[in-house]
Amino acid sequence: MKKKILVIGAGSDVAQALSRLRAERGHILWLTARSQEALQPLLADLKVRYQAEALGFVYDAELHPAEDLMAQLPGIPDEVHVAMGYLGNPDRLDDPKDAARILKVNFSAAVLLMNAVMHAMIEKQIKGVLVGISSVAGERGRKSNFLYGAAKAGFSTYLDGLRNAGFSHGIHVMTVKPGFIRSKMTAGLPLPGPLTASPQQVASAIIKGMKKGRGTVYVLPVWSIIMLLIRNIPDVLFKRLNL
Amino acid sequence: MGTPMSALTKISNWGNYPRIEADVRPWPLQTESPQIARGMGRCYGDSALSTHIVDTRSLNHFLDFDAESGLLTVEAGLTFDEILQVCVPRGWFLPVTPGTRFVTAGGALASDVHGKNHHAEGSFSDHVRWFDLLTASGEICRCSRTENTELFYLTLGGMGLTGIIKALAFYLKPIETAYIRQHTLRCENLDETMAGLEAYGHWTNSVAWLDCMAGGRAFGRSILMLGESAKQSELTQAQSLNPLKIHSTKGIPFPIDMPSFTLNRFTVQAFNQVYFHKHPKGSRDSVVHYEPFYYPLDKVLGWNRIYGKRGFTQYQLVIPHADARKGLQEVLELLAKRKMSSFLTVLKIFGEQSENYLRFPKAGFTLTLDFGISASLWPFLNELDGVVERYGGRLYLTKDVRMNPDFFRRTYPMAQEFMEKIKALDPTGKFQSLQSQRLGIHA
Repeated sequence: MKKKILVIGAGSDVAQALSRLRAERGHILWLTARSQEALQPLLADLKVRYQAEALGFVYDAELHPAEDLMAQLPGIPDEVHVAMGYLGNPDRLDDPKDAARILKVNFSAAVLLMNAVMHAMIEKQIKGVLVGISSVAGERGRKSNFLYGAAKAGFSTYLDGLRNAGFSHGIHVMTVKPGFIRSKMTAGLPLPGPLTASPQQVASAIIKGMKKGRGTVYVLPVWSIIMLLIRNIPDVLFKRLNL
Repeated sequence: MGTPMSALTKISNWGNYPRIEADVRPWPLQTESPQIARGMGRCYGDSALSTHIVDTRSLNHFLDFDAESGLLTVEAGLTFDEILQVCVPRGWFLPVTPGTRFVTAGGALASDVHGKNHHAEGSFSDHVRWFDLLTASGEICRCSRTENTELFYLTLGGMGLTGIIKALAFYLKPIETAYIRQHTLRCENLDETMAGLEAYGHWTNSVAWLDCMAGGRAFGRSILMLGESAKQSELTQAQSLNPLKIHSTKGIPFPIDMPSFTLNRFTVQAFNQVYFHKHPKGSRDSVVHYEPFYYPLDKVLGWNRIYGKRGFTQYQLVIPHADARKGLQEVLELLAKRKMSSFLTVLKIFGEQSENYLRFPKAGFTLTLDFGISASLWPFLNELDGVVERYGGRLYLTKDVRMNPDFFRRTYPMAQEFMEKIKALDPTGKFQSLQSQRLGIHA
């Protein structure tokens, strides 16, 4: 069956890898990005590669309410991937605009959007799938990115609850915690090879996770162990660390 | 999950020499400092190296395909590998391809790559209809044979020095099958090899693998390989089950850097001996898939590691027809005299030259030699330069890592004009590479 798949933040490397895998299977793709110029190559690519049915919608999490986006869609999607994210400028306590953006893109806008989708799915009795790309950064706040981490923590907690809420309606909610990804967002950073996944690996893990009906997916299993350790470091020690 | 900041990356191109530390950033541009675009890094030397590098691989989208004319529009960072995966099943093939499919379309344009079909179908730039170039002024310029013509010919083969190619449109060629009708023959000496390449010039693809170590009567012996896109009726039963089969997308990774002495005169000689005699006397016909025909080395990912940590370089020269026989003999004799060995030695024939400012191909023979990096290599290559220049030849910039500026200016007739035009286009030198600095294009 052809599914209608909504991808929020379709320009991110993970979202692109995911869109390609889904389009290859003949599904219909609805992509969102912040501008028409950003959408154009994404749509053209899916059409040339897979002769896919793909539509684009301009959606900027900072500017546009979720309802506006929902109103533009030609129907209710069967599958939604929220892949937008903004790392921000973590060392600055004196940049409220940037801080607000981090919280909005990674948390509040993402939450409002998923609320709207969930509501529509329940109303139309669609037994869909919602995937939220969160982060291991949300498992414990660290000085290097606590705003991003806090937003992702909130998002992960929200997804836990949403999964619980969707269950009785046959709607599956999956949380993805990719760890390091070699992508535009992390370009130029010295990332440890064995802990770093490619966007294609993340995309494949998401599809595999959906098939198996998993709740939370760590792309590289080693991350679940690392985060278990990090969560269990006593605070007296943790606050002194350089992480 | 840290801070996006400037961090230096150790980076080298395919020859693993030189190896530098650079600030590598994905497209789009983020700095005003001198920079160069880099895709797959399959040039051999320092062409795609600079202190700041713009990684174009995120520009990897197909933009349009016209199945009537075969005109394909892609972003510049898309690789030939991906293009083949999409286009071969629909009955289209690259108009020109180098010996690896791991190059980007933008890199193919900036290097004006050639293949086994230059004498018949020209180089890559001959098939380019237009491209969009981000210039030093920050504008995106559409260039073609009718629009921004000068910039068009400056950029084709222009080694990325005019700006960053963002997208391009070029014509694919129709194929009936993904297979090649191959004719292989053994040439017992240099005369036979050269006569063979000329006599079989009506074949679309031709290349001679040369045993550069053989002396005496066998001097210049080779295996000559010719190929023509196969028709459906020429396939075996098994092949015709999937006539437009794509290449295998799995490769075997080369496990480790071999010690630098792995390839020496004796191992190379032994390899050549075995390879030559693996082919029976006379000729053979077969139908093979395009993968082993065009990309025999792509099967082994990272085969460059066979040269070890010190790296290697390729020396590709062209010598015009008139004195090609004498010139090639002198080059090969010098190799023997200086006890140098080249692992992969390839001889091809070039057709007419293009209008590009930095055109490498010209009607004649092109010989490619490769050498592991060593201290004794540099004076030897300088000596070879002397021979090349005496016979009116020149060297391919995409493989070059050591040519000196005077030699470059003397052998590339439009070098001076190229430099003046670049200076006018980009007065502050926003786009420069270690190579352009070495060649004196940038001070």
